Amino acid sequence: MSMERENRSNPLDHAGKHPTLRKAFVASLPVMAGYFALGTAFGILLAKETGHKPLWALFMSITMYAGSMQFVGVELLATQASLISTVLMTFMVNARHLLYGITLLEKYRGMGKYKPYLLFGMTDETFALAVKDPPAGVDKPKYYFCITLLDHIYWIIGTTCGTAIGGLLREFNTEGIDFAMTALFVTIFVEQMMKKENRPLGAIGIVASIACVLLLGPEDFLIPAMLVLTVLLAIYGLADARLHPERAGEKAPDRETAPEGRKGGDR
Amino acid sequence: MMGHSIAIVLVAGAVTYLLRSLPFLIFPEGKEPPAWVTRFTRLLPPAVMGMLIIYCIREIHITKAPHGLPELIAVAVTAAVHLWKKNTLFSIILGTACYMVLLRVM
Repeated sequence: MSMERENRSNPLDHAGKHPTLRKAFVASLPVMAGYFALGTAFGILLAKETGHKPLWALFMSITMYAGSMQFVGVELLATQASLISTVLMTFMVNARHLLYGITLLEKYRGMGKYKPYLLFGMTDETFALAVKDPPAGVDKPKYYFCITLLDHIYWIIGTTCGTAIGGLLREFNTEGIDFAMTALFVTIFVEQMMKKENRPLGAIGIVASIACVLLLGPEDFLIPAMLVLTVLLAIYGLADARLHPERAGEKAPDRETAPEGRKGGDR
Repeated sequence: MMGHSIAIVLVAGAVTYLLRSLPFLIFPEGKEPPAWVTRFTRLLPPAVMGMLIIYCIREIHITKAPHGLPELIAVAVTAAVHLWKKNTLFSIILGTACYMVLLRVM
């Protein structure tokens, strides 16, 4: 219900000339909720730990736009970490973005002038939106650009306001609102699982990650989990190629147009 | 100190940007990636999304109260509602509300 209301009161609805921006805006609403919440949490932390002013949050969010990495960034700033440890820490925390890039290689082809910014803004959440097939009838490069830019704007607003508010917001108990992010990933995962051929892949991702968390602990599981996933998927890919040699020669565009048409019909 | 802080932010930003662009630098537009890479990129999304979900709830303690139940129940509710209604925003709002309530009562 609230979804319908939000859609209708959306001011961009009147911009009939910008269907791509409008669709991108609707798609990005969950990220807006998550980023306002998460960004505010980040801003409060930054203000508390380093005493920095909102201008700092603005500077950070524009130049090192990286969601969760920025929380680590607060730690680095507060302790005045060396540049070497900054490089290592960033690499560890953000190495998962290598997988995002590989995943989006095909989708982000032909993006022209938008490409450098699309890569710059490829956060977890923007990646999650980009992985889904875009709505029917949108200009793809523009659509990806719009979701990337909108997400970036939400993050900038959230972090800057959060720093300005500082400790004030602690009086309101917003604990748990950042679950919006987890929920976004869950809905995308559920949609992926509706396709039969995705199910073993999803299971591999979940089981391998849980195993790594249990064995290595929540702090250090991510990079080993990525390596394990890569190996398991490579094995799966080889086995699948043996069993279904016909799928191997499949061209990417064929596969992309089909679900897109269906999605358009759903909406 | 200000200068060093600025350097930290810029270095972290540069490493992040490099990680995000690296696959595209290795396989630029004109250069077709080998078939196995293309294949691999189609296997990745469901597995990565599964990994991200676990990443989000990695801090739960199964052995300590509330045994990670708020997270697990809220994830299940989000998934169930999404299977039922297939409306992303609705599922997220309901799942998050459910989580916030559970956090306070459990």
